[in-house]
Amino acid sequence: MKRSIFVLIAAVMLSAPAFAKLNVVATTADMASIAKEIGGDKIELTTLAKPTEDPHFVDAKPSFIVKLNHADVLVEGGAELEVGWLPTLLTQSRNLKLAAGATGHVLCAQGVRLLDVPTSLDRAKGDIHASGNPHFLVDPENAKIVARNIAEAFCAQDAPSTELYRSNLTRFIESLDLKLKEWQKTLEPFKGREVVSYHDSWLYFGQRFGLKMDLFLEPKPGIPPTPAHLAEVIAKMKADHIKVTIVDPYLNRKTAETVARNTEGVVVDVAQFPAGVKGTEGGYIPLIDYLVNSLAKALGEVK
Amino acid sequence: MKLKKCALILSLSLPISVLMAQESKQFEELQQQVRKLQQMQENSEQTQLEQRRLIEALSRQLADLTQQKSSMTSTNANIVRSELSSNATNAATPAIPPVSAPAWSATQPITIARAGSSYMNMSFDAVMAVGGSTAKDPSAYLELGDHDPSKNGFSLRNAEISLDGAVDPYFNGFANIVFKLDNHNETSAELEEAFLQSTSLPGNLQLKAGQFFANFGRQNSQHPHSWAFVDQPIILGRAFGPDGLRNIGAQLSWLAPTPFYTELFLGVFDGQGGTAFSFRNTGAMDALGVDRYHGHATTDRTVGGVQDLLFVPRWASSFELTEHQTLVTGASVALAPNDTGADSRTEIYGLDAYWKWKPSQANAGYPFVSWQTEALYRRFGAGADPLAPTPLQAETLRDWGFYSQVLWGFKPRWVAGLRGEYANGNSGQNDANEVFRGQRTRISPALTFYPSEFSKVRLQYNLDHGEHFGDEHSVWLQLEFMLGAHGAHKF
Repeated sequence: MKRSIFVLIAAVMLSAPAFAKLNVVATTADMASIAKEIGGDKIELTTLAKPTEDPHFVDAKPSFIVKLNHADVLVEGGAELEVGWLPTLLTQSRNLKLAAGATGHVLCAQGVRLLDVPTSLDRAKGDIHASGNPHFLVDPENAKIVARNIAEAFCAQDAPSTELYRSNLTRFIESLDLKLKEWQKTLEPFKGREVVSYHDSWLYFGQRFGLKMDLFLEPKPGIPPTPAHLAEVIAKMKADHIKVTIVDPYLNRKTAETVARNTEGVVVDVAQFPAGVKGTEGGYIPLIDYLVNSLAKALGEVK
Repeated sequence: MKLKKCALILSLSLPISVLMAQESKQFEELQQQVRKLQQMQENSEQTQLEQRRLIEALSRQLADLTQQKSSMTSTNANIVRSELSSNATNAATPAIPPVSAPAWSATQPITIARAGSSYMNMSFDAVMAVGGSTAKDPSAYLELGDHDPSKNGFSLRNAEISLDGAVDPYFNGFANIVFKLDNHNETSAELEEAFLQSTSLPGNLQLKAGQFFANFGRQNSQHPHSWAFVDQPIILGRAFGPDGLRNIGAQLSWLAPTPFYTELFLGVFDGQGGTAFSFRNTGAMDALGVDRYHGHATTDRTVGGVQDLLFVPRWASSFELTEHQTLVTGASVALAPNDTGADSRTEIYGLDAYWKWKPSQANAGYPFVSWQTEALYRRFGAGADPLAPTPLQAETLRDWGFYSQVLWGFKPRWVAGLRGEYANGNSGQNDANEVFRGQRTRISPALTFYPSEFSKVRLQYNLDHGEHFGDEHSVWLQLEFMLGAHGAHKF
């Protein structure tokens, strides 16, 4: 009797996933939106970090343990952006599908050439990431790599829907390629122009679109702006006629506004994550659309 | 007793049934993993071979250069050579393949240890304090914790080396070795924790084994550097002693299949010694050379059966109250015999809650407001001691108390905190004048500044009141720094 109950339980446990949607957990909203493009309605998607919140400092809430415990696939950056909160959650989630190296654990950065890999690890330089700058997904070329990584994992976890995932991937990459040309064209007139940002998280975007983004309100990564450093930035902006400052939703907009006031410049609200700022709720492509257009507008206005 | 055994068997058989059900599935998964690992190993062996060849070639070049340039000493060459070979060993790790693998060039940096490429995380954390109290010797009755400021002036009571990493695909390993300076500046060391934790048990189970802090309430298992105040709450000191409840043993925990987080823990410990303060602990020696605890003579009891071990069951659940508010609640129990008699037992019960608010647009985790509180009740059954200077009958000593603390991270890097505490207990036949018992209250405002995640400065004031010592005032300035890679923090 007991034995047959065990067999019954086993049968239910093994067969259940065949009917269910693929349960996908993404750490941040940018990777989540790409997962949505690939998975469509074949996946049940959960995002851990809020799109408006600082992705370096997300609380490792116990509810996340449950979400990770139920997941078939985890989509994370793999470049230490989530290092302050994800590892402990993963251990507690007890999910073998998400073990290091398992096909269900997607490291999006795999295959991405990370920039700014530090030559030496020295915290006197601020809170640097040992494996390089982790904010790589604002470059649409990298989004293609990420989409491929995600598609590969979905196919491995849900073989019957392979064709759908593959065609979704092709469609996403095609629309990205099309859009990329348009974005390049929009920002073409501003090649070489400098844009000031708060934190060094726009390097990949700048590189893709020919903008210089190496002036920061933070004196060092993770260290809040100081009056002395801001004075330096303002002086440099005045000398080089730099007028556009961008600010993420979780950073101090007042600091950026002070800088803009002192340089007769403008502040542009930006986000790295869909729904981080108004008008980007549609997903990854609308987000880059917003970023390109609002930057082009600001750069065009200030001259 | 029989009932307990039945419950134990039942609780053990439950996971076994799940285990059987998952066996075949797990077998397939493991097979897959093995195949994958084998392939990875082959790949990495290939890489290693190539790198070895490269090292040899480079070493030859290096040797030539050394001969040509007298400025380059042979030690330098050795360092470079050993760095190169250490890079080669790292590449052989059968872990996740490297994110980007550009070809080696002379300008490429060479690092010895980098997060994710070394076998373990290593960190060193030191917490020191300077300050003073109206009490001549604060550690005599005010500060009960072993890592609390121990004297007026400077003290350094916690310098900790932490090691952690994956042991193999089945376990993670952790070690915390603590050094501290006593009031005469002599160094002592303790193996605070050394344990492994399973990573691949089926049925949502997890096993922890070794020497570790028992999972009782919230603060007991936290290390001093993550405490929100300079010192340990009074009631924790009274229930668990200066070191907290920390012992050799094992813990099985189970993540329940509820829609909200629920985890059940069962810790089983040896339960002997000063780190099992209220349990099989012989206490202190009196003038006649007799070990006593609460005045009752003790015998150093060894384990004669399961009933002599320390059991620590715990339940914890968490709820997302709103998008911005999270609540964690828990209940814990610690049960074991004590050393004051053949049948003497101690029971400790605890309730805890933690609530946190953080807005959607938090910058570096700020602003936030959190509230943490724990209430404990200890029932110490002391055996009769007819041979004591004043003969003592068997009695029950009771202690109860709570602490409640609010933290407000009002702007990035700044946290203001306020803690209130109360503790009390019956005095029994012996403890009428005992400073570690009786009624006590404490109010502690504190202000903490975190220059970065790796350092902090904290200023705290304590207004202490005790029925045995009246009012005492203390001011402590705490300083902490951390080197190396430290594991992510729990909520």
